[in-house]
Amino acid sequence: MSYKNNKLVMLTSVAALVLGASATTQAATLDDTRERGVVQCGVSDGLPGFSAPDDQGEWQGIDVEVCRAVAAAVFGDAEAVRYVPLNAVERFTALQSGEVDVLSRNTTWTTTRDTTLGLNFAGVTFYDGQGFMVSKDLGVSSVEELDGAAICIQAGTTTELNVADYFRAHDMQFDPIVFDTSEQTVGGFEAGRCDVLTSDTSQLAALRIQLSDPDNAMILPEVISKEPLGPVVRQGDDQWFNIVKWSLFAMLNAEELGISSDNVDEMLNSENPNVARLLGQDSNFGEGMGLSADWAYNIISQVGNYAEIYDRNVGMDSPLQIERGINELWNNGGIQYAPPVR
Amino acid sequence: MSARPKVPTQGPKPPFWRDPAKRALVFQLLLVAGVAAFLLTIIGNTQANLAARGITTGFGFLNDTAGFGIVQTLIDYSSQSTYGRTFVVGLLNTLLVGGLGVLAATIVGFIVGIARLSPNWLISRLANGYIEIFRNIPLLLQIFFWYFAVLRAMPSARDSMSFGEVIFLNVRGLYLPQPLFESGFGLIPLAFVVAIVASIALTIWNKRRHEATGKRLPAGWISLALIVGLPLGVLVVTGVPVTWEVPELRGFNFRGGITVIPEFLALWLALSIYTASFIAEIVRSGIQAISHGQTEAAQALSLPQGLVLRLVVIPQALRVIIPPLTSQYLNLIKNSSLATAIGYPDLVSVFAGTTLNQTGQAIEVIAMTMAVYLTISLLVSMFMNWFNARVALVER
Repeated sequence: MSYKNNKLVMLTSVAALVLGASATTQAATLDDTRERGVVQCGVSDGLPGFSAPDDQGEWQGIDVEVCRAVAAAVFGDAEAVRYVPLNAVERFTALQSGEVDVLSRNTTWTTTRDTTLGLNFAGVTFYDGQGFMVSKDLGVSSVEELDGAAICIQAGTTTELNVADYFRAHDMQFDPIVFDTSEQTVGGFEAGRCDVLTSDTSQLAALRIQLSDPDNAMILPEVISKEPLGPVVRQGDDQWFNIVKWSLFAMLNAEELGISSDNVDEMLNSENPNVARLLGQDSNFGEGMGLSADWAYNIISQVGNYAEIYDRNVGMDSPLQIERGINELWNNGGIQYAPPVR
Repeated sequence: MSARPKVPTQGPKPPFWRDPAKRALVFQLLLVAGVAAFLLTIIGNTQANLAARGITTGFGFLNDTAGFGIVQTLIDYSSQSTYGRTFVVGLLNTLLVGGLGVLAATIVGFIVGIARLSPNWLISRLANGYIEIFRNIPLLLQIFFWYFAVLRAMPSARDSMSFGEVIFLNVRGLYLPQPLFESGFGLIPLAFVVAIVASIALTIWNKRRHEATGKRLPAGWISLALIVGLPLGVLVVTGVPVTWEVPELRGFNFRGGITVIPEFLALWLALSIYTASFIAEIVRSGIQAISHGQTEAAQALSLPQGLVLRLVVIPQALRVIIPPLTSQYLNLIKNSSLATAIGYPDLVSVFAGTTLNQTGQAIEVIAMTMAVYLTISLLVSMFMNWFNARVALVER
C-alpha cells in the first residue's frame, strides 16, 4: 500500500466527518451492511499472522478471521468481506467516519481509545505485550542494557507511549525513530538506522520472519506492557456491537465445548444443551442480534473455533509459532474466557 | 459635430433588475449568503456528527501530556511535555528543513541554471543532464533513494567514517563537534554586527561617491574582509574563548556534539536537489528572456563582463525569475510534509501523525496543520511579492 494512498484515506475520512450528513451510519450498521452485501473490515497494511494478503492475494490472519466470522454470522458467508488496509495513524478516523464497519487490526484496548474516540472495543482476540527485537551482533540480553539506543517504532501506536514511559522510569535515554508503516519500520531496522525494533511481541515474531536474515535477530525476554488486541466498532450502535462481540465469543465457546469446523455437523445432534444452544438447535439466540438461529453454526463451520484460527494463523501450524500462553482458555491455564450462551 | 446619440440625463428610473449596478450587487449578496450558509452547514454538521458519535472535541488536548519521544527537537522537549509543545517542535522541524531547503535549492538552482547556458559543451550538457534526471523522478522516490539506498551504504556506529577524529559519519547520522562558549565570547557576535553595519555604510557611501565622481572602490571585497576579518580578529585577541565538545562513541551511539540525523539529511538533500532542477530552468529562461541587444549595448559601453551580468542582465532577468521562483519555494515547503515517509519528525509526522492518533482529535489536528501550511505559504508569498515589487524595473 503506497504512502500517498494512506494519506488519501486519512483526508477522505476527515472530510467524511466534516461533510457527511449526520446520523447516517448511526444505529443501522447491520442494515447498511446487509444492503451493501459485504462487511467492510479495517485490517492492517500487512502484518503476517494478523492480517496480510497471501501469495494468492487473499487476506489471511487472526484479525482477518474475526472479519470472516462477522460476515458468516451476518450473511452466512464468510467470504462476504471487503478488506480495507489501514495504517496505525488512520485506523480510528476510518472507523469513526464509517469507512469501515469493524476495525480488526491488532489494536490495543486502552481507556482513551474506549472513552474519547466514540468507539467500543468488542473483546480481546489476542492478549499481547510489548517486547524488543535486537540484532544478535549487538550483544545485549536485556532491555536494561539498552540505555542510549536508537529505537525504531511505528507511528501512532501505544508502543510509542510505552517505550517513552519505560525508559523514563528506568532513567535511560533513547532516540525514537518513528515510521509510518510496519514495512518502513522493518526497513529502518534492517538498514541499521536503529539498534532496536519495538512492538507487540506477536508482531515482532511476524516482523522477524520478514527480515532477510531472521536468525541474526533475537527478541529480548522482557515484556513491558499489557496489550489486549481486539476488534473495535463505533459507539452508539449496540446491535452491531453485540454481533461483533458474540462472533468472537462464539469461537471461544466453540473451542470450550469441543466444537470445531470438522465436527460441527455431527455436533448438531449433540445431547449437550450448551452445544445445542450455541448451534441454534434449542432456541434462537441470533434473534436478539437481528441474525438467524444458525449464526454460530455458520461461524464455526466456515471459520472454525478459536483454537483453529489461533493455530493456523499465529500458533504452531503457522510460521510464527507463538505458544498459546495466556491466550489459552480459562480452564486450560490461560485467560481467554467467553460468557455462556444461555 | 459628434455622431453619438445624446444620452438623456433625466427620465424615468429603470426598475432595479434592469440596473446592472444594482443587479451585480444583488448577485454578490446572494453569493456571500450562499458561502456563509455552506460554512454554517459544515460547522453545524461536524458538531452534530461528533456529538452523535461521542467523540471528544475542542482544543483542551493541547495541554495534556504527550508521553512520547521525538528524535530531533530544536527546543527543550521530553515525553512529559504537552501536545501543544509537540506542535511547536514539529513546526520548527518543518521550518528548519524548509528554510535550509530553500537556501540550498536557490544556490544550486542558480549555479546549474547559469551552467546550462555555458558556452562550454561539457558543462552545459552536465547541467542539462542534472535537470532532466532530477525533475523527472517523483520526489518521494528520491527521498527513499537518499534515505534507504544511501543509508544502507553507511558504516555502523562502531566503524564510523572519521574526519580528523572530530567529525563522524555513520548510519545514525553526521556527528559534528559543538562549540561551547566561554565568558568573553559575547564580543564576537558584537564584532560581527559592527562589521555588517560598517559594510552597509561603506556600500552606500561608495555608491554615492560613484554617482558623484565616477570613482569607486571594490566595496564588495572590502565588506567581505570586514565581515570575516573583524570577528576573527576579536576571536584571536580575546584568546579564543571557545572549547569544542567532540562527539564520542559511548555505548551504542555517539553522544555529545551536534547530531544531524540521516532523516534530515535525506529529506533536505532530496528536496533541495529536486527543487533546484526546476529553479535552474526558471533561471535559464529568465536569462534567455533578456534580448541579446541589451548585452551588446552594455558591451558597447565597454562594461566588463561581470558588470554586464550584474547591472544589465540579472536585474532584468529577476523580473521574469521571481514569480515562478515563489511557486517553487512554496512547493518545497509543502513537499517537506513527505518527511513522514522516512520518519523525519516534521509537523505532519509528529502532530498530524502521532498526536492525532494518540488523541484521536482528527478534525482539530488536521485543521491546525492545514492552517500552518497556509500561513507559511502566504507569508513566503507576501515576502516574495514585496521583493518582486522592489526589483521590478523602475521606468523613468
